[in-house]
Amino acid sequence: MQGGGRWLGVYVVAYLVFLYLPVLLIPLFSINNSIQAAFPLQGFTLQWYATLFGNSALSGALLNSLVIGAIAATGATLCGITVSYMDLYGRSPLAATISAIARLPILIPGVIVGISLLILVNLIGLGPSRVAIVLGHILVALPTTVVIMRSRFAAIPKTIREAALDLGASDWTTFRRVMLPLSLPAIVSAFMLAFLISFDEFIVVFFLAGTEPTLPLYIWSQLRFPKSLPTVMALGTSILAVSFVIAAIAEILRHRGLSAPAPRPADPSQPKQTERGELQWHST
Amino acid sequence: MLLPGALVTFLLILFALGLVLFLAFRGNDGSLLGAGFTVANFVTVVSDPLYWTVTLRSLVIAAVVTLATVVTAYPVAYYLAFHAGRRRGLLLFLVTLPFWTSYLLRVFAWKIVLAYNGVLNSALIESGIWSEPTLAFLNTPAAVVVTLAHAYAPFAILPIYVALDTIPKSLIEAASDLGARPFTSFRRVVLPNSMPGVLAAALVVFVPTVGDYVTPALVGGPASTMIGTLIQAEFGKANDWPFGAALSVAVMLVILCVVLVARFTDRRFGSRT
Repeated sequence: MQGGGRWLGVYVVAYLVFLYLPVLLIPLFSINNSIQAAFPLQGFTLQWYATLFGNSALSGALLNSLVIGAIAATGATLCGITVSYMDLYGRSPLAATISAIARLPILIPGVIVGISLLILVNLIGLGPSRVAIVLGHILVALPTTVVIMRSRFAAIPKTIREAALDLGASDWTTFRRVMLPLSLPAIVSAFMLAFLISFDEFIVVFFLAGTEPTLPLYIWSQLRFPKSLPTVMALGTSILAVSFVIAAIAEILRHRGLSAPAPRPADPSQPKQTERGELQWHST
Repeated sequence: MLLPGALVTFLLILFALGLVLFLAFRGNDGSLLGAGFTVANFVTVVSDPLYWTVTLRSLVIAAVVTLATVVTAYPVAYYLAFHAGRRRGLLLFLVTLPFWTSYLLRVFAWKIVLAYNGVLNSALIESGIWSEPTLAFLNTPAAVVVTLAHAYAPFAILPIYVALDTIPKSLIEAASDLGARPFTSFRRVVLPNSMPGVLAAALVVFVPTVGDYVTPALVGGPASTMIGTLIQAEFGKANDWPFGAALSVAVMLVILCVVLVARFTDRRFGSRT
């Protein structure tokens, strides 16, 4: 068994190399003094990072992505909190149905989410616009926020909520004064993950964008021009660095939140093992 | 408190999907919701060999990607669950991190690797294995498979890891106490018990890959057009929304079949434990 473990360790390292090698090419070529992304390297330069500044199309797209990401993440987190709370404590079949539908987008390819929303926003007269993108990103991030908040609420010992209710707190007061503060780390981490999802999202936004592109759409438009490749890679490296920091903070917050109260055994209302798999991969 | 969730789920998910279904049965007259009731769109989808070819290709590519991702991810998940020890937290973070880097750029990185003057070609020529750069890497279905398998790797590792991690250690000890060799206890105890995680992993990889249109466009070339590409074209250049809706409905039906098969397999394995 020990020898097997060592070979597995070697395999895991090789796998990580496969995982990271293509991604690390982006920072590498972003400091390479050549328009072409090819070996051998032509020397160190920061000129591509300099081209990022004073580019109004780029800063416009960045601002768009930040605003849309913040609004969509707020919406998705709000829905995630209410949907999962009502699913666990509302005891109504409607709440359980809503929670099940909210996790449905996992099973729909992005292209179909995109076209269905494109038809919808045209029908209600919005048309492709920033509001349409916000709606699309709320939908794309919803399964993640629901799964994170649901597993957080399920991990809060039932007795705490019962104690609050026994002491005369109303349902709303219990939610606001007891359950929300206890799940604050999960709320922050759900918000951050939803923001990252929106910030990186391309497949859905492609259908819903009007005249003002988001950052991934801007990158997509630049990928066609070989001349602008190094700039795109400098931009990609910057995004990579910021994503890394946000993902790390979200991860630390989530762990702190999970280790605070004693974990409760698995929630009996959680239905299937496949569901549990999906449930966990989002929250891990 | 049900209001925001109800609005989003009923309006944005159910009503929007209903619109797609409705539009799929309309004729294209250039207006938003089409005109008349017709099944002509579905007749075309079923009778034109192009759609069979492309759908089949999408299914094969997605299936190969799913298989490759799950098979290569399993040992990593196994190591995480049984051998990682104190390094587990760090390793989990390392495995999920590439997932948070821009999807477009991850796909694009492969274009850099596989291009005519790309990293792979220059490495092969530098090392003397090849004398001329080759076009054989980029713009092939194989390039799509490698790129997608790389992009969706973290999705596969996590559900399998969770399934392996929840297997009671006493089960494995019992197997070895009863004389099972390590491989037998893996095959008869660990593997069947981790099947729910494997199926969940397969599903979260298969669904997005089958509808992907970005990866084929960037690294696939014309020989690897996928069904997502066609749907996107109907809502873009071709401007035949009802037909694009019919294609979408067909894709969802195919996915539904796959999900049902997965659920059925899951139940079979579930009853064994």
